[in-house]
Amino acid sequence: MSTTTKPVNQKAWFLILPVLLCVAFSAIMPLMTVVNYSVQDIISPERRVFVGTEWFAAIMRDEELHGALWRQLTFSLSVLAVELPLGILLALSMPAQGWKSSVVLVIVSLSLLIPWNVVGTIWQIFGRTDIGLMGAALQGLGIEYSYTGNALHAWLTVLVMDVWHWTPLVALLGYAGLRSIPDAYYQAASIDGASKLDVFWYVQLPKMRGVLMIAVLLRFMDSFMIYTEPFVLTGGGPGNSTTFLSQFLTQKAVGQFDLGPAAAFSLIYFLIILLLCFILYNWMQRVGTQAKEGGHE
Amino acid sequence: MARIELDLAHAYRPNPQQDSDYALLPLRMTFEDGGAYALLGPSGCGKTTLLNIMSGLLVPSQGSVRFDDRDVTRDSPQARNIAQVFQFPVIYDTMTVAENLAFPLRNRKVSKEQIARRVGEIAEMLEMSGQLNQRAAGLSADAKQKISLGRGLVRSDVSAVLFDEPLTVIDPHLKWQLRRKLKQIHHELKLTLIYVTHDQVEALTFADQVVVMTRGRAVQLGSAADLFERPSHTFVGHFIGSPGMNFLPVQVRADQVQVAGVSLPLPPGRALPDGELKLGIRPEYVELVAPGASGALPVKVSRIQDVGTHLMLSAEIAGQTLKARLSSDAEQLLPGDIVHLRVMGEHTCFYRNEEIVS
Repeated sequence: MSTTTKPVNQKAWFLILPVLLCVAFSAIMPLMTVVNYSVQDIISPERRVFVGTEWFAAIMRDEELHGALWRQLTFSLSVLAVELPLGILLALSMPAQGWKSSVVLVIVSLSLLIPWNVVGTIWQIFGRTDIGLMGAALQGLGIEYSYTGNALHAWLTVLVMDVWHWTPLVALLGYAGLRSIPDAYYQAASIDGASKLDVFWYVQLPKMRGVLMIAVLLRFMDSFMIYTEPFVLTGGGPGNSTTFLSQFLTQKAVGQFDLGPAAAFSLIYFLIILLLCFILYNWMQRVGTQAKEGGHE
Repeated sequence: MARIELDLAHAYRPNPQQDSDYALLPLRMTFEDGGAYALLGPSGCGKTTLLNIMSGLLVPSQGSVRFDDRDVTRDSPQARNIAQVFQFPVIYDTMTVAENLAFPLRNRKVSKEQIARRVGEIAEMLEMSGQLNQRAAGLSADAKQKISLGRGLVRSDVSAVLFDEPLTVIDPHLKWQLRRKLKQIHHELKLTLIYVTHDQVEALTFADQVVVMTRGRAVQLGSAADLFERPSHTFVGHFIGSPGMNFLPVQVRADQVQVAGVSLPLPPGRALPDGELKLGIRPEYVELVAPGASGALPVKVSRIQDVGTHLMLSAEIAGQTLKARLSSDAEQLLPGDIVHLRVMGEHTCFYRNEEIVS
């Protein structure tokens, strides 16, 4: 048994006070305001009624919300399904070194530098059938293209826009992963008589796994919160065919001023994102430690 | 299996003008079928370049590579049927140990039964039979390098197996074991093995024939004894042995060798051209003799080190350092003493322009 005891000094708790204050003002208090709205029916500044979980119950049964949620999930999964293979393909075909690689890197990353609402505007004009290059071209090919009138066309246009905007991110991450593979792996594969497909499957893809995980996480979370681009391009229409979760929320809160249901839904949205983040983060952690055990570089 | 003939030079830059532009100066060399060879030299001497030219990863800028009189200069590693093991373990992360070992055979459409038999044999040799079904990615660096070695050895019909410093990442005690294993595998499989290293112990214990390289030049090809007894270039004398050969500038006139003002008679049966030469003698062959004995060279002791099994004497003569390996029961010497050493004998070599003349 030890006779010496550590001195106890509870004053150290004061040292975390500044952080606590900052977080209180930046996150906790605003969030509590939302919680406050979500449990009350505010009729006017003077008259408000406590309603408990009524808003939550109502919003959970909201058909419109279900529609937006499914649309959102379909969209995010489509984004991943298109952008990942396309990004990998792009990364594989980018030159490895020399001035060509610098030029290609700059060109590929250009779309990442454009602000979201400008991207929406660009595509709005691009898709116009009278003066837009894509719209007019499709019209010329005999396709009755209209992103404002046809729900499927609108949805596809938003998807293509996102692919155009964000595939370069996946490509850049994949490119970085490819560049970190030592030459000896390619040389060994060539000596072992591996085909190009074998090299991709057994060398390049496993070595890119780490960065591709990050790409999946970033693209999934980002597309799950997409707002500005479809808002500028289609405004959520036609009907509500391109109304994703963020826009649904904005319509409720700002458009219809239904603060109670909007607040309740905000919290649910927040929890959904938190849950997905948690799952993806843990999944990545696990993959990360596996890669560390396996890595020697 | 094949006899490998090289007659080539290589420069990484176009239009090489002087010797320093070449990674490999023009050389001509033959590796016999079934031999165990080592390419030995310091970092940057061109040994890996030479290895990559043999395996086909690199095309020499001049000259040719011939396997059994067939010109393969421009053939891929696959066409040459070469196996190569690299400095760092290269394994396929997603495969098991067995799948890793089977990969080179599977790509060559070898039958399933044959693959299983061969993988079993190699795993047995490398003592990895118990780990065959484990994922290769989770293993230690040692085990991974063993897999790389195994992939190099798994094909029985290869022209040659090339090793590029394969034991760098291995633990010292395992290194010793694996080296012996390789030697044993060489005897069992009768493959041509070519082993690149900068470690002379590794080269001399592994190979029957060692090629010593420096600055893009292969200066000597010989057995361990050749390299030790008659280095054909001062670099070999210097590089092989620990410490390396002693060199003293001498003048030869009419069968008398002048060393720092002392005239020594040539050993019987040796003839030398007149002029400025360099005398080379291994510390192991320098003898302590009584003053006045024939061929005695007076030197000043600068340091005595007791290395346990023997004494290492460092002495000075005319600004040159001379090292001698003496038995530990030699008389007590102190720094500053004048002692007499004999440097002339049957093991003494003479060099002109760094090349051996006698």
